[in-house]
Amino acid sequence: MSTREYMLGNVAIARGIVEGGGRVISGYPGTPSSEIVDTLSKMKERDFYVEWSVNEKVAMEVAAGAAMTGVRSVVTMKHVGLNVAADPLMTLSYMGVKGGMVVIVADDPGCHSSQNEQDTRIYSEFSLMPCLDPSTPQEAKDMIPYAFELSEKFELPVIFRPTTRISHGKADIELGEITEHRVQAKFEKDTSRWVMVPSNAVVRHPHLLSIQDGIREELETSPWNELTLNENSKIGVIAAGIASVYAKEAIENLGVSASYLKIGAYPVPEGLIKKMYEQVDTVLVIEELEPIVEDRCKIIAKDMESNVKIIGKTDGTVPRVGELNVDHCVKAIADVFGIESGLPEIKEIEMELPPRPPAMCAGCSHRATYYAMKKVFGKNAVFPSDIGCYTLGIQNGTVDTTLCMGGSITVASGIYHSGEKQPICCSIGDSTFFHTGMNGLLNAVYNKANITVAILDNRITAMTGHQPNPGMGLTSTGEATKEIDLEQLCRGLGAEFVEVVDSFDVKATIEAFKCAKDYEGTSVIISKQPCIIYARRTGVRLIPFKVDHDKCVGCRMCVNLGCPAIEFDKETKKSTINAMCTGCGLCAEVCKFDAIKEVQK
Amino acid sequence: MSSKASKFDLVISGVGGQGAILASDIIGRSAVIENYGVRAAETHGMAQRGGSVVNHVRIGCDLGSMIPLKGADCLLALEPVEALRYIDSLADDGVVIMNTEAVYPVTVTTGKAQYPDVESIVAELKKTHRVIAFNATEKAAEAGSRQAMNVVLVGAVSNFLPIKTETLLERVKEMVPPKTIDTNVKAFEMGRSMVE
Repeated sequence: MSTREYMLGNVAIARGIVEGGGRVISGYPGTPSSEIVDTLSKMKERDFYVEWSVNEKVAMEVAAGAAMTGVRSVVTMKHVGLNVAADPLMTLSYMGVKGGMVVIVADDPGCHSSQNEQDTRIYSEFSLMPCLDPSTPQEAKDMIPYAFELSEKFELPVIFRPTTRISHGKADIELGEITEHRVQAKFEKDTSRWVMVPSNAVVRHPHLLSIQDGIREELETSPWNELTLNENSKIGVIAAGIASVYAKEAIENLGVSASYLKIGAYPVPEGLIKKMYEQVDTVLVIEELEPIVEDRCKIIAKDMESNVKIIGKTDGTVPRVGELNVDHCVKAIADVFGIESGLPEIKEIEMELPPRPPAMCAGCSHRATYYAMKKVFGKNAVFPSDIGCYTLGIQNGTVDTTLCMGGSITVASGIYHSGEKQPICCSIGDSTFFHTGMNGLLNAVYNKANITVAILDNRITAMTGHQPNPGMGLTSTGEATKEIDLEQLCRGLGAEFVEVVDSFDVKATIEAFKCAKDYEGTSVIISKQPCIIYARRTGVRLIPFKVDHDKCVGCRMCVNLGCPAIEFDKETKKSTINAMCTGCGLCAEVCKFDAIKEVQK
Repeated sequence: MSSKASKFDLVISGVGGQGAILASDIIGRSAVIENYGVRAAETHGMAQRGGSVVNHVRIGCDLGSMIPLKGADCLLALEPVEALRYIDSLADDGVVIMNTEAVYPVTVTTGKAQYPDVESIVAELKKTHRVIAFNATEKAAEAGSRQAMNVVLVGAVSNFLPIKTETLLERVKEMVPPKTIDTNVKAFEMGRSMVE
């Protein structure tokens, strides 16, 4: 029997935090990072504190505060979350920490679930914090205890950057020992350290620069970098993070011999790169997203006046966008060796396949709110939106813009102040409103934006896997806490028109939107109804609906709602409701022929 | 041709909510019990809302989780269109095991796209590959629950995996809700008997 456990990368990372003695762990949900805090929150026996914070900046500062007292802390987020937290990050590197602090930022090459594919390693260069870049889930787990120690040694947070294929990959994981490391928290006053006024900051900046060589030397010999020289080859391959396993497989499949350097830590191992330069005349650099290692390799070559040729993204041999895979690596390596890649030819499928985009669930309350919104505002109105499940309303014609978390109310304000004549109604979810939407509402009221704000309150952070938020009255671990009243909050931010409606009460929601549209100033509609997935999980069952085919005239009003439970038979020209119906009743509301009724028991 | 880096490469495709992750977990955990290194990749997040999902499971692998194009030994499809959508991942000598029960995407239910005839999908796949196609959803219903469709297909693919049947069956018993063990064991065995 094996002692290894088969687990998700993010679960392995959570295990690494436990093994490394993390005391305070904070985060904001974001794919592909969410399961780290989820896993820690669900652990029954816990000797650490864990929280879902309201946004990444807040989470970063919570973890920083904990690390100031000497305990080990972690903050988790997705790559774009680090933009929100960039303000504390950039000064935290001057200030440093006492207890080890790991900043976990999950990148999403290929935009599987993201609005961009930015590369967190650039923040590592920018902030001068070291960065660890795992190539497998096992390495991801093992890097966390190491990161705590590295962070404590240099009194500087360490960035840890998994990608989607690490976080959402599964592998057999060899578990490690849980550290005995226990520190009693003690905040020691030291204004020169913890107060970044200019006179202190100007001293800390050169200090930060002065420790860089030490960090580089420490990482150079760490287990995360690995150089294998091949005396029979003039070609070297340098591959970073997850690309290193793709490159290794490609080298094996092609059967070529090359010197090989795997990089898993930044700043890059200059000594190992120089050693490779002594052996080879050509280096192929393979890394996902930005050419960070590649640029560094070019600088090193120039500094040592080496004529080694460096190939990578700049010349187009390796793609700069999207995820890499073994096939990309096979092609690039074959190119450099001047051999046939042997990649298979892909035949076009002759049949046309229907696209299967993600869609709002059957019974999703957002569909009902969007129906009412569009009915009142008309299709020519401008509908700025935000980031969450409701972004899927792009199919319903009620999502005209999506920029970033909290970017709905603010974009709506800008469109209004530009002099746009169409009415403007923006949408934002409950969790996103708590994240960075609140500031936008305050700003809209303060600067007199004549817009309507719809808060689609489904009582949970749904898209990332149903995490609690301040509107639920529950903490990350399920403990009862103050339930933040959205209506009072909006009024506190200065909004005078605030109405709360039940999303499934379509008539009342339409009436509320009409009043909001007529209102001169910033109006707020809070459309409230629990996420259907979560509601069903907690036992809520409504009576499903069916279509009376004698009354159905085939007008397609119900079909156009885009509900996965409603199908249209082209032969009979009638709608039918399938087994996915959860009984929300929206289709019955929109049917003008009274053809949709609850199924009789 | 399958990659030298892995003993057996399996692609599982389907629709978010059909249980593709449970299917790959049963296989992945079984492989670990039999001392194989396993690497798997899953679809989470946005694509789970009824979107097309694909998992890669590599048995006897210690490198990356992504199977190269035309590298898979088997394509296990929980839905017909999702078999054809990922056929490029299957090696020329690989086998397709597929459910013939269609799940219409919203693009089809709203009339924006056509769902091809299931028989013609099977015929198209048969042009290039060995195909084992049957209605796994009906089989699951026979076993006691349509939800057990994923386990029917795990049973079918068990004929090809380098893993003992008992090991897989034990994981099924461990990993499904306790009340549904009998149904799922039956579903597994029905699926297993679909391959000659």
